[in-house]
Formats: sequence, C-alpha cells, structure tokens
Amino acid sequence: MSSVLGGPASAPVLEVDDLAVTFTRRGEKSTRAVDGVSFAVAPGETIGLVGESGCGKSVTSLAVMGLLPSRGVDVTGSVRFNGQELIGASDQMLRSLRGADMAMVFQDPLSSLNPTVRIGTQVTEVLLEHREMSKKQAAEEAAELLDRVGIPDPRRRLDEYPHQLSGGMRQRALIAMALACSPRLLIADEPTTALDVTIQAQILELLRDLVVDTGTALVMITHDLGVVAGLCDRVHVMYAGKIIETADRHDLFARPRQPYTGGLLASVPRLDTGRGTPLTPIRGSARDTIPWEQGCAFAPRCDNAQDDCLTEVSGSIVPLEYDGPGRELRCRHPLTYPQAPAGATALGGAR
Amino acid sequence: MTALGDVRRRRIDELAARAGQVSEGEGGVSLTKSAVRRLRRDPVAIIGAVIVVVFLVVAAFAPFLAPRDPLAQTLLSEIRPGFIPGSQEGFPLGVDNLGRDLLSRLIWGSRQSLLIGVVATVLGVIVGMALGVLAGAFGGWVDSVVMRFVDIVLSIPSLLMAISISVLLGQNQYALMIAIAVTQVPIFARLLRGSMLGQRRSDYAVAAQALGIRKSRIVFGHVLPNSLSPVIVQATLSLATAIIEAAALSFLGLGDPDLARPEWGAMLASAQGFLSIRPELAVYPALCIIIVALGFTLLGEALREALDPKFRR
Repeated sequence: MSSVLGGPASAPVLEVDDLAVTFTRRGEKSTRAVDGVSFAVAPGETIGLVGESGCGKSVTSLAVMGLLPSRGVDVTGSVRFNGQELIGASDQMLRSLRGADMAMVFQDPLSSLNPTVRIGTQVTEVLLEHREMSKKQAAEEAAELLDRVGIPDPRRRLDEYPHQLSGGMRQRALIAMALACSPRLLIADEPTTALDVTIQAQILELLRDLVVDTGTALVMITHDLGVVAGLCDRVHVMYAGKIIETADRHDLFARPRQPYTGGLLASVPRLDTGRGTPLTPIRGSARDTIPWEQGCAFAPRCDNAQDDCLTEVSGSIVPLEYDGPGRELRCRHPLTYPQAPAGATALGGAR
Repeated sequence: MTALGDVRRRRIDELAARAGQVSEGEGGVSLTKSAVRRLRRDPVAIIGAVIVVVFLVVAAFAPFLAPRDPLAQTLLSEIRPGFIPGSQEGFPLGVDNLGRDLLSRLIWGSRQSLLIGVVATVLGVIVGMALGVLAGAFGGWVDSVVMRFVDIVLSIPSLLMAISISVLLGQNQYALMIAIAVTQVPIFARLLRGSMLGQRRSDYAVAAQALGIRKSRIVFGHVLPNSLSPVIVQATLSLATAIIEAAALSFLGLGDPDLARPEWGAMLASAQGFLSIRPELAVYPALCIIIVALGFTLLGEALREALDPKFRR
C-alpha cells in the first residue's frame, strides 16, 4: 500500500517548508490563513491534509500550485518541487510545470469544467499545451486517457459537453486531464466531496490505482476521515492554519493524540452503537478560535484544555514537537493511552 | 411463473434497447443548441422573431414590394399652396405633402432605419467588446484606464453625444452610424468587463490555470465564451435603441441629407406641420419605429431568458 518507487527514503517530490499565506485587505486586519506549514511527499506516497472547513487546507494547495492571486496575498516560506524553489518563481516557469509535472483535481467537477466547451477540446488542450502533438494525435490520446480513467465509450464522450456527463464521469474526466502528462505530483482538493458515496469509492479506487501504477506523489486534501483511512500513508491534521498533528495512518486512527483529532474521530457516526445514541460533536465551531500567539487555537473548544493552554507561555506559541517515531504533535495536554481505545481500530478498518 | 418472468425480462430488454437508441447518436448538445431549442418553444421569442424577420424581408426586398416610386411626385400638377396631403385614390396610405406615396416611402424607409441601426450596433459591439476584453483580461491599471474612459463617455447623455458627433463629422449617414455606435460602446465595454471579471476567478478558469494552459487561451477559449451571453442579449436590445436614436437624429435634422433615401425619422419631421389635420402621416412612420423596436426588445428579452441559467426549466 505504501510506496512503490523507493519509499520515503527516496528524494521527496515536494517539500513545503514553513509556508505561510496572509490575506491583506485595505482597511482591514490581515488574515493568516496558513501559518508555518511544513510537509514533504515522496514519489508513490500519499499524504493527507485533514481539517474542517476554513483551516487552510485548500489555500495550502493553491499556494503550492502558485494559483493564489498576486494582489492582496502574501506568501512566504519555501515550496520546493524536485529541489526547485516555486515561491517567487516566474509565471512562465510555473505555467510550464503546472499540468505537465504537477497537477490538481478540484472539489466540484461541474464548475471545474468549462460548460461551453466540449470535453474533447478541454482534454486535448492540455496535451497540446505541454506535449508536442498534432491535433489528431492529441484526440487519439484524449480518448485513451478517458478510457484509462474508466469512462465508457470515450470517443462519444469527447464530443459531448460537461452537462451531459454524470458527476462521477466529470470527475473522471478531470482526473484524466490532470494525468494527461503523467505528472509527478497530484494534488486532489476534496475530489469526492461533491459526489455520492458509491461514486466516491470508485474515484478513490481510481486515484489509488493511478498512484500505485505511476509512482505519482499524491497530496489528498479532505475533511473526510474515511478517505484518509482508505488512501493516505501519512496524515497531517490542520487547525486554524497550522499542522497540529502528524502521524502514520494506523497510528492516527488507533491513538489520536491531539484532542482535536480525537474529537474528529469520535464525531464520525458509527454503525455499531445503539439506535438513539447521540452523536458526539466537537464543541463550538471553527470560529471559536484564539490567535496562536495567545495560546492554543483549539483550546476554547477542547475538553482537555487547562489554564496554560489559554495563556501565552514563555513568549512562544505551542510548538510542533516530536511525539514518538513518525509522529509530531502540537499540544500541551494530549490524550494519553493506557491502552488503545476500543473501536478506534474498528473505525480505521471499516472502510 | 417462469413464463411471467420471461415476459418481464423481454419487456425490460426492449426498454433497455430503446433507451440505448435514444441516447445513441445524440452527440454533443451545446448550450447554444439548447438555447435555440428553448427559444423555439417561447411564444414571446416567436412574436419578436416574426416581427424582426418581416421587417428585414421588407427592407431587403423594398424595390419589389413598394407599389410606387417613393420619390415620384405623382400629383405634381395638383400640388399648389393649400394642397392637403392625405388619402388619395390609388394610394393605400395616402400621399405626403409633396404628393409622394406614403406606403412606398415607409417600405423604402425601413431599409435606411434598419441599416443605420444594425451597422451602428455592430460597430458599438465590436469596439465595446474590444475595450471590455482589454479591461477584463488584463485587469490592473489597464482596467482602470479603460473603465475611466468609458465612464466619461457614459456620463454624457447619449442623444447629446450623438448630436455633437454628427455635427463634428458632418451630415451624412456614416456620421449618423458612428454617432450612435459611440453611445453604445460604453454599455458593451462595461457589460463584457463585468462578466469577464466574474468568470476569471471561476472554478474552471482556475482549473485551466492549474493545468498550465496559457493565459491567452484561458481568456479567449474559456472566459470569453462564457461571458458573451449578456452581450448578445444587450446587442439585441440595443438594436431597438439604435433604431429609435437614428429616427430621433433624423427628426432633429441631423440625418442623411440625401433626400433620395426616405427615412422614418425624417418622415416624422416633415409630417409635423400637418399633425392637426392629417395625424396619420406621422402615425404610420411612428408605428413602424415602435413595432420594429418592440420586435427587437421581445427577441432580446426572450434571448435573456434562454441564455440565463437561472431561468432554465
């Protein structure tokens, strides 16, 4: 399930180091959407960026791709793709990388396709942009691509418009476009959120096969823990713009250490509890945060919170620290385990 | 039991086969095609289209449709001081103050009115769209410069603007077309710019960017086609305005000085003096202007509904 081409030992495709994104608007306080995020992905590896809406997952992915607007956005830190620095790189360079070496699949397959242009034109466009091909060759290749992502009767689909395709097929077409030039890095930003459950499973299956087949590094952005369980090797949990816990998939599901991660896992509805048992949500909403400078952003919602979580300690923010092999944690009062909580592993294996 | 099962299975097979046939060979249905399909079911669109087509046909075949020469003063011998225009035997709508056949003049007049309206609108759309694309595609300071220019043009009342331009360019039909076109430019520039700005940050534009598609291709291949529908609607509506404005300028004496080309606005102006005794001389050309403007407006409104996704049924 983990890497095919060499494992984590081989040089990472993507290294993100201390990435920060700040949105500034005249006359308003600036918003720090991503705050010192670091992670790396190796070929053939799948990592997950997990968190609830507004925690900065999507902004991270857009910053990596260089797709944030230049005005009113301040991006600092380092994003290295194959050792090449992308922050501050020229538009020309970024454009030649995008689509060819790094690609992205978005959340909503309907709005991500141009409604006025035939599927075929949209797929061949990518091929013509990055690969030396005649239009005829590109059309052939486009049909093969659609076939590869499991769209039946691809030649007919090429002549159709996005509204004539089902949601699952649209997402397949978008994946085909993203994979047209065999990129080394694929970022999938909630690729299954807009799809129904059966289609979700198919799309995830497809992504997993593609990663295994081609050794593509995959960054999976999601709020769905089922997706994480089924796909990701390593998981980074984000909250209020920062990574608060990093762990191997199995460790994370078996022994979440950050109370937020624990809350996320506990809030997933379960089939084996009795009927009428209330769900266990995390208190409050994502808006109930305090700035990281004043303590732990999650503290106002945290059941484990103590006084020192809400106050600044020794002038620094809560650090992301080593927490056992392959694990990192940003928490002063983490969950502890005399033994593994019953059910956590069952959840991990459920999907 | 099995017989029933067989029957049912065969029935299902039949249905499946039929379903297969329906979807077979349907091919791509573009938004344009489905918009046309919706238009054909809309009675408002049909009325508008019929009016427009009738006037276009009349204008195109004026020489064959007009019963008489629109310039011939057939009753020259009778025209002397005190001559009262109006109904005359052998003239379906009567004659004007110079004894010319009113119906023939109306038919020939449709040529001039439609020509000025269409040419002016086409010019306005082309220049307006060029400015709109410039502002919408580049944004930043280009956008600011173009839009301030457009705002200046827009701040001058359109009729006043048209009058000044036709005075400036001299009195001929081309000046008239340009004058009306200039008043239309800001509308199209603003409309297209706004619509493009909205589309530029849309998901598919960002998705195309994420695939490394070059900017010119995103602007012309993706953003522009999706920004056009309000422009198409406005162009249809603007045709009505252009025709009314052309008539207004002619009425004010700024129209084509060539008397060999009858024009509705000019006909209205010359009928002024007889308004109290022969109002029909003014009523007929006025009706022509109203009906043709109504035709374009109905068509435009129907187009708006057909092209707007929110109206889709």
